[in-house]
Parts: sequence; C-alpha cells; structure tokens
Amino acid sequence: MKHIAIGILGAAALGFAASAASADTLSDVKAKGFVQCGVNTGLAGFSAPNDKGEWTGIDVDFCRAVAAAVFGDGTKVKFTGLSAKDRFTALQSGEIDILSRNTTWTINRDTALGLNFAGVTYYDGQGFMINSKKLPGVNSALQLSGAAICVQSGTTTELNLADYFKANKMEYNPVVFEKFEEANAAYDAGRCDAYTTDQSGLYAVRLQMASPNDHVVLPEIISKEPLGPSVRQGDDKWFDIVKWTYYALLDAEEAGVTQANVDEMKNSDNPDIKRLLGTEAETKIGTDLGVSNDWVVNIVKATGNYGEIFERNVGSGSPLKIARGINALWTKGGLQYGMPIR
Amino acid sequence: MSQEVIHEATPQRASLLYDPRVRGIVFQVVLVALLALGIWWIVDNTIENLRRSHIATGFGFLKGRAGFDIANTLIDYSSDNSYGRALVVGILNTAIVAITGIITATIIGFLVGIGRLSNNWLIRKLATVYIEIFRNIPPLLVILFWYQGVLALLPNVRDSIGLPFGSFLNNRGFYFPRMVWSDGAWLVAVGLAAGVVLSWYVARRARARQMATGQQFPVFLTSVALIVGMPLLGFALAGFPLTFEFPQKGTFNLTGGVNVKPEFLSLYLALSFYTAAFIAEIVRAGIVGVPKGQTEAFSALGLRSGQGLRLVVIPQAMRIIIPPLTSQYLNLTKNSSLAVAIGYPDLYAIGGTILNQTGQAIEVVVIFMVVYLGISILTSLFMNWFNTKMALKER
Repeated sequence: MKHIAIGILGAAALGFAASAASADTLSDVKAKGFVQCGVNTGLAGFSAPNDKGEWTGIDVDFCRAVAAAVFGDGTKVKFTGLSAKDRFTALQSGEIDILSRNTTWTINRDTALGLNFAGVTYYDGQGFMINSKKLPGVNSALQLSGAAICVQSGTTTELNLADYFKANKMEYNPVVFEKFEEANAAYDAGRCDAYTTDQSGLYAVRLQMASPNDHVVLPEIISKEPLGPSVRQGDDKWFDIVKWTYYALLDAEEAGVTQANVDEMKNSDNPDIKRLLGTEAETKIGTDLGVSNDWVVNIVKATGNYGEIFERNVGSGSPLKIARGINALWTKGGLQYGMPIR
Repeated sequence: MSQEVIHEATPQRASLLYDPRVRGIVFQVVLVALLALGIWWIVDNTIENLRRSHIATGFGFLKGRAGFDIANTLIDYSSDNSYGRALVVGILNTAIVAITGIITATIIGFLVGIGRLSNNWLIRKLATVYIEIFRNIPPLLVILFWYQGVLALLPNVRDSIGLPFGSFLNNRGFYFPRMVWSDGAWLVAVGLAAGVVLSWYVARRARARQMATGQQFPVFLTSVALIVGMPLLGFALAGFPLTFEFPQKGTFNLTGGVNVKPEFLSLYLALSFYTAAFIAEIVRAGIVGVPKGQTEAFSALGLRSGQGLRLVVIPQAMRIIIPPLTSQYLNLTKNSSLAVAIGYPDLYAIGGTILNQTGQAIEVVVIFMVVYLGISILTSLFMNWFNTKMALKER
C-alpha cells in the first residue's frame, strides 16, 4: 500500500509539472525549431504528398510561408495528417501550432471551439458530383431526391447537406464516413449515387476516380465555405504572425513581388514595396510582429506570393485547372484583400 | 504460570503507532484522501485550462440542435432533433448490432465447436480451418472484407438480384417486404403471450408430475405447438390482419419495404463470424473438459446417449463455457466501435461527429466510457446470473 501511495504522489507531482499548456506559441515554436502544421491526409491541390513524398498544396504552402516568416526558412515545418474529426482536438491540445486543413470558418468554431481564424486562403462552396454514366438524366442537385449521398463526418458539408435537402423538401440517404479516402472509395464503388464536398474538393476527387470523365459536378453551390488556417485562442502574438503572413502573401501579389523578382524588388524605390520588404531605413514592422524585418522576402522566396501558390497548386499549373474566380485579388474583381502593411 | 500466559496474549497497548489495526485504517484513509485529491486536481485543472482556452464546457450541448442526418435509425430522428437524441440513436445502433451479433455468434460458435469434435473427418477439418482463419485475422480486416470484398461487389440497384418473397439484394443492401399490420393485430400478440405463459405452466406441471410419479410428458413439442399455435389462432380470429409492402424500384434506390444497409450487414456478419471462432474453441474446451467417466456413468445408469448429453454432459460443460463466453460477448460489443471504418452510425461514429461539431471532447469521451461500461456491466450481470443458475448445485 505504501508503494501505491508513493506512486500516486509521484503521478500527482508529474501532473503538476506538466500542467497548463504554454500560451506562448512563438517561443515554443522557436525553441523546438519548426512549425507543426495540421493538414489534410490527401486532398489534391490543398494538401497531398506528391510522387516524391513531399507535401504539396495551398494549405501546405501556407504553413511553409509561416515557417519562412518565423525562421527565414520555409522547410522548417513538419506536417501532421488529420481527419476532419481529429483536427480541432489536435489544435486545442497543442499537438499542432496551426491548423491549415481546408477548414471552413464558422462562428461556432470561432467561439465554442476556441479557435481563431487568420484569414480565408480559399473561398469555396459546397457542390455535388454524380456519375453521369449511371445517372444520365440528372443535371441538377434538385433531382437528387431519394439518392444515397456519400459525405465525410464532422464537416460543415454534412450539416449543409441536411439543411439543403430539408429546405427543398427532398429525401436522401446519408452514407457517412470518417475518412476522406473511405468516402471516395465508397462513391467510386457505387455505394452512393452522389458525392458531396466543397467544389474544389470535388474536382480533386474526380481526378482520383477510376474513370474521371464519367463524373460530372452539378452546377448548384449550396453553401459558403471560406477555407482558412486557424490557431488557438488566447495567444494574440502567434495569431498576428499567422494572420499577417496571409496578408503579406496577398500584398506581395498586389505589389507584383514574385519568387523570381523578389531580390530585384529589394532595390525598388516604391515606398509601399520598401515597407513590404523591410528595406525602409529604421523599419520596425517585422520586429514588432516578433519576426525579422525581411520576413516578407523570406516568405516570397519560400513559396511565392498568393497568386503563385494558387496557380501552382490548383490553378493553371496544376491538373485541377480551377479558375481564380472569387479568389482573385480585389483589384481584379475577387474577394482577396490584403490589409496594408505599414 | 497460567496467569502469565494470559498476560502475554493480551499485551498492553504500547502505542497507537504500532497497532496494526490503527495503522491499517490510517493508511486506507490517507490513500482515499490522496485519490480524491488527485481526481479533484485533475478535474479542476482541466476545467481551468478549458476556461483559459475559451472552450465551452458542460453537458448543456446535448440539448443543442444536431443538424446532421443519420441513415440507420431505430427511433424517429431528423436533423432538427438534439445531440442527445442523436446519441441515443447511436447507442441503440450499437445495441442492435451487439445483440444480433451475440445471438448469431453463439449459434455459429456452438455448431462449429461441436463440429470440431465430430467423428466425421471432413466436418472436423472444416471447423478447424474456419477457426484458424477467423481467429488469426484482426476484426477490422474481417469487417472490411465483408464490406469491400463481398457486399460492394453485388450488382447496382438496376440489376438487383431478385430473391423469393419479393426481396432484393444489391450493393445498397438487402431489401425485403415490410409487414403492415391492420386492426386486430393485437390478438396475435395476445396469442403469443398466452402461448408462452401456457408452455411455462405445462413445463412446471410436467416436472412436478415426473417428480411425483416418474411419468414423462413431451414438454418440448407441446410448447412449440402452443407458442406457434396460439398466435396463429389469434391471427385467424382477427381475420388475417396482415398485408405486405413490397420494395419497388424508384429513381435511385428501391423504395418501400425494409432495407438492411450494407454497413450494418457487414459489421454484423464480421462480428458474428469473428467472435464465433473464439466461441467455438470455448465450447470445444467445455465439452472436452467434462471427464469421460461421466459419459460412462450415464451409460451405466441406462440413459440413452442423447439424454445423457442433455442431462449430464452439457450442464457440466456449461459451467466451464459460460465465464469465458461472457468475455467474448463483451469483446463483440466493444469491437462494434470499429463500425466507424465503414460508416455505420454506431455510438462511436455519431459521438465523434458531435465531438467535432461542438468541440467538447472530454464530455463526449466521458459519455463513450459510461455507455460502453454500462452495456458491458449489464452483459456481465446477466451472464453472472446465468452462470449462478447453471452452476453445480451441491446437494
């Protein structure tokens, strides 16, 4: 019994030592030497390993940009593949520093889940995909009454699906999977008539099907899905770094600073570009944020600006070939608007 | 002299510190206090940290609107119902797969277990092969085998395999006609109840008579006749109040009738076949565990071999079988949480969705633990009661 008592005391002492997760993520990240980033396990264009085993995608590149801002080196980042269900717990428990996993920004997640969204890296909307070989007559989501629909659990998609069918007084049969891959496989095997997720995801999933040309994405977009990176609440300093990394990517695109011309641009006389790239005399913009003054130079060198990230991963430089659309800069009629760096 | 001995046997209380009883009590009090302190500290620390991270706490979320739909529900449920009701749907789905799985696994297990002791070479070897295959594959693989390897390969809805009595089989599951009862159906239920009560009464009387006179009565056949006959009588008296709703081909799926979905089917089949392999070994051990002398003894008493098995061997084998059988039942129930891999909405899958939407991980995990513990304790209690009933009564 003595041993048990000692054991309990020991456990309690250990517990005390390990109590209260640190609220200073920046110091933690600097101390361990890399950013731990939670990403999707395999969504082409957003985060998926390529044929060399390297992570690629918009969500992945965003984490590299944050690593570049903090360390001046975009490779100082480690990725954790997460299912939709595990992602918030991983962030809340401190297992990851940033959640960049095509996650929709909603008020519930911003408040009750204790997250802070840093911005919208991709404006998306939910759609449906069907196999046109098996269902030749269907060309609208409103014809899907009675259909079996594959969906991933714990997503806003699952909730929008319920609302959409309820609002249109249609019946459906949800087939709910925890993992993205399981849902894809079940749809491809014909377990479901339709597949639903964000439209960008549908185009990515379509490429993974046995015969992609048989599948069509229906025109209806049934929801707003602003996807973006998030961090834990209660650490404003880290939140600022992630948020301004996002704005820096947009401002760099707006100023025409690219991976190719960033060194050249450092000699520019344009005051906006000088502030952006930290070449202004006595500048304190970077150090006030908690990073070095040439942080934007490091970001652009590591990943390119927002437009380059987009084109490389989901746009014309990728198999997905998604148009910029509402993800264009505000100057070109889109929604992406970087706050001024000054 | 004798006085001295007594004096030694009851020594003076030198000090409370060295009194073993007092020491024992003190240690136990200290241990309980430390344990309580430890638990209080963990709970308090958790609540404090959650508050600091601005994460909602408490079980209030159970009243919130769920907002998601569930395919397999045993009770009425829609996305407008609460998280609490969604959890109940999940608990019932876990319970139904556990109960049907336990029944089927027991039947298969007993057949295969007895088959392993058969005198027929082929039956014996087939039973051995079955046990070795299913016992050595992880249950998740067995589930995926049924889901992706068997049920997913069935034809799609348009080419459904037609089965007798208007039922269909396709990759959306098994469809069969729904029984629609009309007025007077209660007579059938009354007939069934009357049949059960009467058979129980007949069994009691027959036993009493055998004790008194030694005369036997065909109890089993009478009971079967009563339990089948009485509801049929009620059915006829009420004027056959039954129609069938047959599954029809709709735009996408078959509509009408009852649909057993492939997610349920694969989980149910996998758990049954997997657990049956273990039960078969337990049954074999139980029968082998009854000494051969018992068989010789009942032969010597003049019992026929069937009677001897039923009255002598099996009651003794059951004493060996029941305790490990309980463990297998509990395993089957807990393995049902693997349903999440194939999208069957059991407690774990639905709880996971709720966890993700509300972010209240600790509360949901507590609910998981309480429910699984509750189901397991209920199973254990029932099996312990059964075990006591079957135990050797020493006279």
